[in-house]
Amino acid sequence: MAGRLRWQTGRVVAIREETPSSKTILFDVPGWPGHLAGQHVDLRLTAEDGYSAERSYSIAGPVDGERVELTVQRVPNGEVSTYLVDDLRVGDELELRGPIGGWFVWRVEELLPVLLVAGGSGVVPLMAMVRERARTGGVAPFTFVYSARSAAEVYYADELAGRARDDDGLTVSLVYTRSAPAGSHRPAGRIGQSDPDDLGWKPGAEGRVYVCGPTGFVEAVVGMMLDRGHDPSTIRTERFGPTGG
Amino acid sequence: MSADTDMGYVDGNAVIGAFTEVFGSDVSVVMLTCAACGAARRFVEAHVYDRGPGIVLRCPQCDEVTARMVRTPSEVWVDLRGVAAWRIPANVVI
Ligand SMILES: Cc1cc2nc3c(=O)[nH]c(=O)nc-3n(C[C@H](O)[C@H](O)[C@H](O)COP(=O)(O)OP(=O)(O)OC[C@H]3O[C@@H](n4cnc5c(N)ncnc54)[C@H](O)[C@@H]3O)c2cc1C
Ligand SMILES: [Zn+2]
Repeated sequence: MAGRLRWQTGRVVAIREETPSSKTILFDVPGWPGHLAGQHVDLRLTAEDGYSAERSYSIAGPVDGERVELTVQRVPNGEVSTYLVDDLRVGDELELRGPIGGWFVWRVEELLPVLLVAGGSGVVPLMAMVRERARTGGVAPFTFVYSARSAAEVYYADELAGRARDDDGLTVSLVYTRSAPAGSHRPAGRIGQSDPDDLGWKPGAEGRVYVCGPTGFVEAVVGMMLDRGHDPSTIRTERFGPTGG
Repeated sequence: MSADTDMGYVDGNAVIGAFTEVFGSDVSVVMLTCAACGAARRFVEAHVYDRGPGIVLRCPQCDEVTARMVRTPSEVWVDLRGVAAWRIPANVVI
């Protein structure tokens, strides 16, 4: 899969609304070499005067030929995300390079239990890991804690519910920060120290933790886990910036 | 904005693409030793400020600048004086 990273052209082949403020965009990228769950691409938009802006977007799905799927959250007044969510159309072409990243990835050969902790759009690379595990028949048990503002903001909601129902090796726990739907097992509020514990993820547990989301979210979760006595060498992080919640 | 107190940074993941393009192999797992405090950390763990013409990497331990990259249409300029050493795994595969 190695090879020099270069800019390629991707053509939009499908767009679907994921939530009212996000879209899942499917690209066809001729010559795409394949990718690992957790990797991302860089997208580059160039204006007619030569000004260009680059942003990273995680790949949402497992390897699928020359298809690359992204889910983009609209950031209010965001330069690139508003264009991608509001203006991009099927048939449009964009410059992208990838796959990128050799650290924040999960491979089916890894058998240790996995704890995934997502905040907002940080769910995207972690969903790729959940999908990769299903695609490859992976046996590593996955525990997935996903923090979203409200039920309306949850990406891949039906798919996640279905996978959690059908797969004993996958536990999904939704944490709502602003408003929890009726019947939730947990009141609305930020992820707290007891959330991983409640799911059986105790300090000293063997396994690996992936934390992804807005920078403040990642810092809060990691700080909390370290205070609780979790081993820092088991934790891998990816920060999306101030936004993305 | 003040760099040290807000959450305006990302981490090395955000600029693997830019550095890999220049250095030719995946930089994710390269270990950087900070020239200021001596901490050795993975590239992906650096705190990164990346809006504007330049990219700035800071040590996650002491917050000193470790590396800077500025890209113009005609060249890429890289300043690595904040890094005392790079340790690059022999079999880096992307
Ligand atoms: C490795 C990686 C993977 C990512 N994956 C996804 C993904 O799968 N889906 C997704 O929706 N987003 C993802 N992001 C975030 C994405 O790259 C952009 O940061 C986001 O879309 C906002 O870009 P924008 O141009 O719309 O906003 P901007 O115009 O850049 O910013 C809008 C406002 O937010 C602030 N801001 C936002 N991001 C940053 C930042 N990084 N640094 C400084 N200020 C910032 C700006 O100061 C401004 O006030 C990822 C980021 C990284 C680093
Ligand atoms: Zn340092």
